[in-house]
Amino acid sequence: MSLNILEITYLIASLTFVIGLKMLSHPESARKGNLIAAVGMLIAVIATITIYQPFDSSKAINYGLIALGLVVGTVIGTMMAKKVKMTAMPQMVSFFNGMGGACAALIAVIEYQNHTIGVGSGFDGELLVMLLGLIIGSVSFSGSMIAYGKLEGKIKDRVLPMNQLINMLMLAIILGLTVYKMLGYGDSMVFYGLLVIALIYGILFVMPIGGADMPVVISLLNSFTGVAAAFGGFLYGNKAMLTGGILVGSAGTILTILMCNAMNRSLTNVLLGAFGGNKAGGAKGEAGDQTVREISISDTAVLLSYSQNVVIVPGYGLAVAQAQHICHELEKLLEEKGVNVNYAIHPVAGRMPGHMNVLLAEADVPYERLQEMEEINPKMGNTDVVVVIGANDVVNPAAKNDPTSPIHGMPILEVDQAKNVIILKRGMSAGYAGIENELFFYPKTRMLFGDAKDSLQKLTSEVKEV
Amino acid sequence: MEQLLNYIGENMEMIYFLILAILLGVEVISNVPAILHTPLMSGANAIHGVVVVGAIIVMLHASPDNYASLIVGFLAVVMGTLNVVGGFVVTDRMLEMFKKKPKKS
Repeated sequence: MSLNILEITYLIASLTFVIGLKMLSHPESARKGNLIAAVGMLIAVIATITIYQPFDSSKAINYGLIALGLVVGTVIGTMMAKKVKMTAMPQMVSFFNGMGGACAALIAVIEYQNHTIGVGSGFDGELLVMLLGLIIGSVSFSGSMIAYGKLEGKIKDRVLPMNQLINMLMLAIILGLTVYKMLGYGDSMVFYGLLVIALIYGILFVMPIGGADMPVVISLLNSFTGVAAAFGGFLYGNKAMLTGGILVGSAGTILTILMCNAMNRSLTNVLLGAFGGNKAGGAKGEAGDQTVREISISDTAVLLSYSQNVVIVPGYGLAVAQAQHICHELEKLLEEKGVNVNYAIHPVAGRMPGHMNVLLAEADVPYERLQEMEEINPKMGNTDVVVVIGANDVVNPAAKNDPTSPIHGMPILEVDQAKNVIILKRGMSAGYAGIENELFFYPKTRMLFGDAKDSLQKLTSEVKEV
Repeated sequence: MEQLLNYIGENMEMIYFLILAILLGVEVISNVPAILHTPLMSGANAIHGVVVVGAIIVMLHASPDNYASLIVGFLAVVMGTLNVVGGFVVTDRMLEMFKKKPKKS
């Protein structure tokens, strides 16, 4: 009887995951969708603890540890999630994703110890499911941790010589060992060896991927963890785990592909062609022999105040400087003066797709003002001033003009079509992809050096005076 | 070979389930606007935290004197919970910001 109740709660949980995910893909219902999935998760967890097996007082210590684990995880998780700055959101997601991967791998480790190797040398489905959960979970864990470290700036991009070859080799070893183990050879050492190799593979897999491609990798690792969770579900015949895991596995894969499309790059290209590294140095446009023109705060204020159409291009620099509020203030001020202000959102501006939308929404920027690339590009010719705040690669004309550039082919915001371009920037350093931007040297471009928040503050008070 | 077929046969229901869930995931996600990519990824991240249910099952199975299993299982529960709770809270924080604007405009 009670086991049926458990199955019903899993059914409910599965439904909340599907509905929650569906609602998460519409702006109005997104928050409620997240909440619904969270409630479903709570139901599944409580039901598992209370109904999965009758309470056995000899296992009091197990129950105690479960409760303690849940409390510790909840407290730390809530604290981390509440404390994290909006700019650090991507690495936070990566961190939590790694935790899920580790959890899946640990489950496989324990279940392996309890698993009696099938008598005879037949096909052992349970073992296969365990091995896959172990490998994918471990890769997801170590890969996510590296992604987290890289975005935090704690780990530098490092490309081993022949990194791709080593990765291929490791993948082959992992496959080989899995088959070897499945054929009934080898002892526990093979199993733990696989664990270690998978962990190293995860590190080497993410290590050479840099720059603008990091969001894609996080999304991919996210779907990996989903698949690892689903293998856990398969192992226990647990439908809640299976639905949750597979949904994320497939949805995450689609999301990864959507992100790749936004950058006009194929997934293999992202994973194999080390992007962003120092290789890009060969691109043309040496900074030394060209000069940039600066513009003063007051000139900028005048230029903006007497414009008809202004487009603001936000980038990661805006997020770092936490300048979204002051940016909104400037926009309101200009609107009062009759200037038409819009934001141009590149799909991969910031460190994650949608990063800028989240940030600007935080500052109460009205939804309609955020325009996507396809929408705004045709209007660039009618724009008097484009203000680029802390963005670089997404406005780099080299993506269109220079076939040797590593970002060639990536769709960009065509700000070079506008009449004037003002670039707020801290210094002349290259963007995240590590390449020179010839836009800075165009005759219509003016540079406004300084911290984005500081410059915008001064600019706002100056505009008030005009 | 026969065991392989047997295994598939025994788990046919689960395999159906698996395939339908894959298609469902694809269906649910398509047509999502780019602005929601980040919250969606974060929400999906929280959902695969359901793996914590597996960690709890492991702990329930473990014999009380098998300390190695208990410790590893405990770690798994902590990490899984981190994934779930942290994931949902972060997603909520992101979406909270979208919420405010309808009132204003």
